[in-house]
Amino acid sequence: MALMDVCRFQDWDPAGFLFGEKEQFLDQGHGFAFGARNGEISVPRGLDPVKFLKLYTDGDDEVQIKLHHGTTTLAFKFQHGVMVAVDSRASAGSYISTQAFKKVIEINPYLLGTMSGSAADCVYWERMLAKQCRIYKLRNKKRISVSAASKLLANMVAEYRGMGLSMGTMVCGWDEKFVKTCMSSADARRGTCIPSINPLDLGHLADGSKTHCPGILGPGLYYVDENGVRLSGSMFSTGSGYGYAYGVMDSGYKYDLTVKEAYNLAQRAIYHATHRDAYSGGTVNMYHMRENGWIKVSQEDVGDLHHRYAAEAQ
Amino acid sequence: MEYLIGIQGRDFVLVSSDRVAASSIVAMKHDYDKMFKLSEKIMLLCVGEAGDTVQFAEYIQKNVQLYKMRNGYELSPSAAANFTRKNLAEYLRSRTPYHVNMLLAGCDEHEGPALYYMDYLAALAKAPFAAHGYGAFLTLSILDRYYKPDITREEAVELLKKCLQEIQKRFILNLPSFTVRIIDNNGVHDMEQISVSNL
Repeated sequence: MALMDVCRFQDWDPAGFLFGEKEQFLDQGHGFAFGARNGEISVPRGLDPVKFLKLYTDGDDEVQIKLHHGTTTLAFKFQHGVMVAVDSRASAGSYISTQAFKKVIEINPYLLGTMSGSAADCVYWERMLAKQCRIYKLRNKKRISVSAASKLLANMVAEYRGMGLSMGTMVCGWDEKFVKTCMSSADARRGTCIPSINPLDLGHLADGSKTHCPGILGPGLYYVDENGVRLSGSMFSTGSGYGYAYGVMDSGYKYDLTVKEAYNLAQRAIYHATHRDAYSGGTVNMYHMRENGWIKVSQEDVGDLHHRYAAEAQ
Repeated sequence: MEYLIGIQGRDFVLVSSDRVAASSIVAMKHDYDKMFKLSEKIMLLCVGEAGDTVQFAEYIQKNVQLYKMRNGYELSPSAAANFTRKNLAEYLRSRTPYHVNMLLAGCDEHEGPALYYMDYLAALAKAPFAAHGYGAFLTLSILDRYYKPDITREEAVELLKKCLQEIQKRFILNLPSFTVRIIDNNGVHDMEQISVSNL
């Protein structure tokens, strides 16, 4: 069956099981075994990727591979969902490869992933994530939660720690139901756990009652990067222009933004980052994650935005 | 940049960590929890290199829970600490060492309260009080001066506040709030967050 092949599912062999070789018949799940019987990272024998790469990133050589997250992407949660905005410039050093690069990967109708850093790494690993999300849905008959999707991605790249991956991404989506519980079970039972300082962390228990447990319901936003860092939050920006984007976002943000105000804020934040950062530019691609999926809001050239904002300021 | 502190009393251990998750010069999160619950009565506080902390701490956390599932009873704090140290030591001379500094705090019915200090070179020491981070330079002497072995819970919280006040005053980086938890024979209890306003 095609699906069985894709999942590398192999029938359970009782003979193998008896002799303790059952590991090889278990589906590893991550799918990047590349045909090897046991899941392994495919590098030539004897090569140590970490040491090999250190020569070119930390050494004194004239030839240096600079691993920076060149780009600006941002995402924030507000009362009507999650806004995602990215620029579209791909650069190789000081050369602009293209001004029309798609930095948001549409994993499925209710999950988006942004990309910053090495284009190849981001595209590849987010496609692997898309595959894992699809397999999850087929196996479990329900949508994968944003928390689980981001965890899958973080664990996949954590295996390649130190080997030169460069990826800063935000996984955004909308969860179907309450997914996280309080750290202290005693407090969760009594309802005395510490309220989160983040109003977006209000959770709902299965019976519909509200709890101040930092649970995640509805809009989900996670930052994942190549070190295996995975942070849940209500506002993130990644890439070389992240500081500029944070400045505009923080000064104009409140949870109760209207949809129009949120579109304006996200677009302006990226525009200002592209104005100051040399490695960001092109067009501002904006997405809005809502309860019944995401919509692509707009795609506007930053040059046009520049003139429009200048005219408005008059 | 990050700060951990633990104070052991007669029948409890008080632990606290800052709540900032930073990436180079930017604070990405202001409510990040650096404590990992290994079991009903053991907490692992973990700071260090980005990514390594969560990966290593969750690995230890899941293995401690697996032990309970397999054997029906939980690991004691000293067993958990030594297990953690052994893993850290094994990874230290591998291709991918974990650069993490930890405090392990637990309360055992037989051994009583215990606080273990662990650093990224896999050193392990049981201590009555301990701290990690640049803040430790400022606060360890305060702990030396005012700590006594039969310290009560209220006194321990006061001592903790003294340390955090020093951090506010003298540490160059802004650490506005801290998670505080107390572990005793009844398990882990959340205490009121300490922030600049209620110091």
